Amino acid sequence: MYNSVVADNISKIYSISKFQRETQFREAIVNFAKRKFFNNKDNKEEIWALKNVSFSLENGETIGIIGNNGAGKSTILKILSKITYPTTGQIKIKGRVASLLEVGTGFHEELTGRENVYLNGSILGMKRKEVKAKLDAIVNFAEVEKFLDTPIKRYSSGMRMRLGFSVAAHLDTDILFIDEVLSVGDAAFQKKCLGTMGEMRSGGKTVIFVSHNMPTVENLCPRVLWVDKGEIKKDGSAIEVIEAYLSQYESPTEQAFKYDLKNVFDRHGTGTIQYTGLEFLDMNGNLKTLIRSGDSIKMRLYYEANDLILNPKFFFEIYTDKGAKIATFGNAISGHYISKVYPGTGYVDVDIEVLNIMPDRYFMNLWIVGDREKLFFDRVLKSVRIDVEYSNFFKSGRGIHKDLGYVFIASRWNFDGVTTGEGYIDQ
Amino acid sequence: MGNHTAINEKFEWIREFWRYKELLYFFVWRDVKVKYKQTVLGALWAVIQPFFQMIVFTIFFGKLAKMPSDGIPYPIFSYAALVPWTYFTGALSSAGNCLVGNSNLLTKVYFPRVAIPVASVLAGLIDFFIASVLLGGVMMYFQVPFTWTLIFWPILVLPLMLLALGLGMLLASLNVKYRDIKYTIPFGIQLLLFLTPIIYPISIVPEKYRILISLNPLAGIIEAFRSIVIHNKPIDFLSLGISFSVILVVLIMGLSVFQKTEKSFADLV
Repeated sequence: MYNSVVADNISKIYSISKFQRETQFREAIVNFAKRKFFNNKDNKEEIWALKNVSFSLENGETIGIIGNNGAGKSTILKILSKITYPTTGQIKIKGRVASLLEVGTGFHEELTGRENVYLNGSILGMKRKEVKAKLDAIVNFAEVEKFLDTPIKRYSSGMRMRLGFSVAAHLDTDILFIDEVLSVGDAAFQKKCLGTMGEMRSGGKTVIFVSHNMPTVENLCPRVLWVDKGEIKKDGSAIEVIEAYLSQYESPTEQAFKYDLKNVFDRHGTGTIQYTGLEFLDMNGNLKTLIRSGDSIKMRLYYEANDLILNPKFFFEIYTDKGAKIATFGNAISGHYISKVYPGTGYVDVDIEVLNIMPDRYFMNLWIVGDREKLFFDRVLKSVRIDVEYSNFFKSGRGIHKDLGYVFIASRWNFDGVTTGEGYIDQ
Repeated sequence: MGNHTAINEKFEWIREFWRYKELLYFFVWRDVKVKYKQTVLGALWAVIQPFFQMIVFTIFFGKLAKMPSDGIPYPIFSYAALVPWTYFTGALSSAGNCLVGNSNLLTKVYFPRVAIPVASVLAGLIDFFIASVLLGGVMMYFQVPFTWTLIFWPILVLPLMLLALGLGMLLASLNVKYRDIKYTIPFGIQLLLFLTPIIYPISIVPEKYRILISLNPLAGIIEAFRSIVIHNKPIDFLSLGISFSVILVVLIMGLSVFQKTEKSFADLV
């Protein structure tokens, strides 16, 4: 075993001049004159894109890099790929490198699929002979045989993606850097990519994979780095680091899932009974600070009644960010009635055993209606926002992703009915 | 010690460039291919520009202004200069804009950056040779004899290419940071057209200013191109020598500025 990638204390500083960045020669001359003759100090503002980042990968290791946008993930990859240079620190790399910061880098619209495979392959560091030998495999994998001699400007974006990834998948290198390339493309293609990346991993390649997609990272990378504001915040096993990353939103006071509904603006109804607050608790009654797909939660709806209310019906709805209604909850729907609510304050608890909605942002509408039709006591629209985070609910690292639907439903698969392949020779 | 590593670095730089020679080939191939895709006239475009310029120059400068032309028909006189001139200006402007034009590559993938300007000056050579073939046709039309000196025609394009490369690398490096370079290139080329003996022969320039005009490295080379075609016009080795020296200086300057700034290309482009 040896280290195939070493980043030794690398930092990258971008200095942003207080004089606007000089993109015009004229400005450069004017600013030069200002500095020189008018003693005008140019206070440069420095931005640390990376700060003292150190890590190393053993030969054959696969790691994932996660972090918020602008945290410095891509800068790390760019420095490792020698596209940009660190301000201080050093990198050491042992082996042939290919970096895939984008699928289909250098594709030219006017050139055909075949021509672009050659061009892209050589840009990624393949020899012409190598491309020639692998052309069939590349084209098969990308499923674009029929359009091989069509200019790629006529390709769909999916075809282009497939072709680009396919070229990269056939690179014969020891080390591979991949930046978020799987976030595009349809589900079938993503699956194919993941399969290939799994093969690369088991084939002994050293892989660094940058992604926002936690399930993928958890599935592909045994080890994960969490980069935050240019520094490595955590380096460890995937489960441990992803857990820590997801709970960064947990901050003890204001980020708790506790909503004051007393002073909501957008509300209608007689107000005889009103919602005054809402809390998300765990089953032990502690306030939640992070809600993940599949969590068990207890919702506590606080009310204030000014009169005796007979047979009130409590409702709430969950909407996605984009306005799709996911579910409607109501005590009358579930068959849990309460005949009287006395004047004063109190709360109603709703237990949700499995919150089987996909990670996404949601809104809630709440209302209370009376016995008679059209007797609206209270209606609160869109005042509650909940962010539901990813979890590895199925323990497979898959299945929990908003592209896969609005909800997930636990299911058990059984293969007893699959006939045995007697007499069939496995190839 | 420090000097030693600097030399090593230069050596490594060249070796790296050589390792990527296939990429260079593909860049040239791409530029040539893309240029003629979806054009009706295709490779004819290589001759259209110098040919029509020749016609216009012949009418206005040859016929109307009665510009002397070293004793040969004005069309040949001007075409022999326009072919290398067209190549040079094309190569210079594509090299000068090459980094900005390939910004997506610079920010997404590693390769020796120098491959881009080198590819852009190489790609124009195809046009140069196509346009040169037409020169043969024009010479036959005007019954100008073919001489053995014509073998120097393709050799003389080499210093022209190095000049375009050196100047192009210099401009390309600056262009990454200062985008107004892009506008100065066509403007500079326009001025250069009059500072170079293309419309006129160098012989109409008064003796005492000749050295001055020879400092423009294009002057010596363009005149030499003409001497190759005109068999009773000897090559002016003095001005050609000056040209070569100036080209060498420009090339070294271009290379060193390029090398010094290339590490920041991806951050600025």
